[in-house]
Amino acid sequence: MAFDSLTEKLQSAFKKLRGKGKITEADIREGMREIKLALLEADVNFKVVKDFVAKVTERAVGAEVLESLTPGQQIVKIVHEELTALMGGSNAKINISPKPPTVIMMTGLQGAGKTTTAAKLGGLMKKQGKRPLLVACDVYRPAAALQLEVVGGKLGVPVFKIADSKSPVDISVAAIAHAQKNGNDLVIIDTAGRLHIDEALMAELIAIKSSVPVTETLLVVDAMTGQDAVSVAKSFNEQLALDGVILTKLDGDARGGAALSVRAVTEKPIKFIGTGEKLEDLEPFHPERMARRILGMGDMLTLIEKAEQTFDMKKAEELESKLRKQQFDLNDFLEQFEQMKNLGPLENVLGMLPGVNKKALAGAQLDEKKMGRVGAIIKSMTPKERRNPDIINSSRKRRIAAGSGTQVQDVNALLKQFEQMKVMFKQFGNMKKGGKGKMRFPFA
Amino acid sequence: MVLIMGIFDKIKSGLTKTREQLSARTMDVISLFSKVDEALFEELEEVLIMSDVGFETSGEIIERLRQKAREERIQDGEALKKALQSIIADIMGADEDFAVGTPTVILVIGVNGVGKTTSIGKLAGYFKSQGKKVVLAAADTFRAAAIDQLEIWADRTGADIIKQQEGSDPASVVYDAVSAAKARRADVLICDTAGRLHNKKNLMDELAKINKIIDREFPQAQKEVLLVLDATTGQNALSQAKSFKEAADITGIVLTKLDGTAKGGIVIAIKQEQDIPVRFVGVGEKADDLQPFSPEDYVRALFE
Ligand SMILES: Nc1nc2c(ncn2[C@@H]2O[C@H](COP(=O)(O)OP(=O)(O)OP(=O)(O)O)[C@@H](O)[C@H]2O)c(=O)[nH]1
Ligand SMILES: [Mg+2]
Repeated sequence: MAFDSLTEKLQSAFKKLRGKGKITEADIREGMREIKLALLEADVNFKVVKDFVAKVTERAVGAEVLESLTPGQQIVKIVHEELTALMGGSNAKINISPKPPTVIMMTGLQGAGKTTTAAKLGGLMKKQGKRPLLVACDVYRPAAALQLEVVGGKLGVPVFKIADSKSPVDISVAAIAHAQKNGNDLVIIDTAGRLHIDEALMAELIAIKSSVPVTETLLVVDAMTGQDAVSVAKSFNEQLALDGVILTKLDGDARGGAALSVRAVTEKPIKFIGTGEKLEDLEPFHPERMARRILGMGDMLTLIEKAEQTFDMKKAEELESKLRKQQFDLNDFLEQFEQMKNLGPLENVLGMLPGVNKKALAGAQLDEKKMGRVGAIIKSMTPKERRNPDIINSSRKRRIAAGSGTQVQDVNALLKQFEQMKVMFKQFGNMKKGGKGKMRFPFA
Repeated sequence: MVLIMGIFDKIKSGLTKTREQLSARTMDVISLFSKVDEALFEELEEVLIMSDVGFETSGEIIERLRQKAREERIQDGEALKKALQSIIADIMGADEDFAVGTPTVILVIGVNGVGKTTSIGKLAGYFKSQGKKVVLAAADTFRAAAIDQLEIWADRTGADIIKQQEGSDPASVVYDAVSAAKARRADVLICDTAGRLHNKKNLMDELAKINKIIDREFPQAQKEVLLVLDATTGQNALSQAKSFKEAADITGIVLTKLDGTAKGGIVIAIKQEQDIPVRFVGVGEKADDLQPFSPEDYVRALFE
């Protein structure tokens, strides 16, 4: 996932800093050098990096850090704060016009992902009770309007187009009238990809803006963008006065330094991130989480939210009461594994935990195989065996192993694991209710 | 030859902005410092990093430049610039023709939105202008309207197209296309594929399967696998090249969108680290906005 390698880099930089009781000015400079390299490798623009490092150094070199008892912590905190500040204070939403319809115009370079994102946004807003209308204003790329129609159709969001018009301005004007007549309170205009230096095509966007009441002008930026993100974002912002940014293709392994660059030059919030090809893969952007992720603090919040959505609350309560009564059996064990699987690929889940780096995840795929084996073994047991694993003797073990295509050792290993889990849960159950364990700072 | 002349002009015009930006900086740097000193090397390194060459490769190039400057006792900025150009040109390799025999299969791959389909349209036009018979395979069966997009390019360039329904198995489209290319005695078969992020294992497996089908069904054909890279992409292009190379043995790169302000310097790092040559550059959205890559021209256009 994005930012992983930056995480590793910063972690190793901080490790050096943490090695000593008190850090010197030279230590800070060494740490900052590592941060600079990591940010550059993550495609953050050279100048943005320079400014960032200067700012953090200035704050860190003060007495505030040198007198502190845990200098490492202090620096992590500063870098984290600055990174968060750079990417925007808090999660920004789409502005809604007091006078409907709200009009969103999608802009960006060729291939950034505007059409897909326009449709995703339409789908998302529809779920939130809006009545969106998608407008096909890419009159240049072959089959662009058709693409929008197909994705709109999949989401049940209507698409407005004028087949024989080559004028995005005319199409936009007609679309607003159409929306007013048909009660669409949200209009999303998909425009053709264009270069920021293409004066004729940039003028076309300006013309759309002056012909229809655009509420939100959004720039769609590919997370893989390199150093040029700065000139692209700056140019679009100067010519169109952007309201926000959507970062796409974050499901790739790009480190996504463009997020920092774009934010730094436009000072406009990143509102959403695209995280996949499916039409529901659009999420709000959380700068604080992203910054934590960069710092190796892990995306705990996302993991917890995701887990909350996935785990069935009622089942969780049942499980809790079972745990309290110590009736946890292999059926419950299996269920836990199944729910783990629903969280998504193990690699993704673990990647969100603090202190877990990608290299350590190299074996994760294997573990997933192991998890599959666990399922097979338990499913080869009789209901009675699952409820009462104590009755599983060696002949039963042989039968289970044969049935699940595994070895007796595997069955033994699983039973041992189950026992360990029971012990763990017992301690868990003994914990006072509501007395949540205090989360430890990963750099302490 | 008219074609060659056109090529040179195109690269130049496509890279005008690039050249202006990059060389404006280079020139500043050079006129700022009368003599060759440490600060000048640092500034040059910065210019390379800003062109997406990447920290590591930029460092290596500047190291070579330092050595060269010492050995050849380079005294002035202008000579240093020439030395830097020759180092980069050296990395990029010699001018080499992208020659296709009959029959040739070209598999075109890359992440989403880099310009695969457009480049295929341009390539079809390019081969058509050489009097070749071209067949296109619409093996992006995933993205909405991808087949229609390729079909429009087939119409524009007068190429044949082999397609199935959206959602069908891309390997089976390629299979059909190979049969058609054989039956129609086509000179060149070009296969479009769906954009895919290189970290998605199942999609890369699918690509490897398509690649195998070509090897198995059309062993007599010359095979080329072109990875399309967007010049706007930063360091991630290295990771793209690595992963796609594992799925299908890449024989060359098409570097698109050089008509913007991005410099596409990451291809220098890719050539250096993985020895994959650039074959074509894309300099616009029209059929003739594709040119064979010339390392000499690229480097010259970058710095002049
Ligand atoms: N300016 C410019 N635009 C280009 C160039 N090559 C392609 N494009 C544009 O980039 C956009 C995406 O191109 P496509 O050919 O659809 O890209 P693709 O890789 O096939 O995309 P997917 O199939 O969706 O993954 C289109 O708007 C093209 O017109 C180029 O060299 N310069
Ligand atoms: Mg395509």
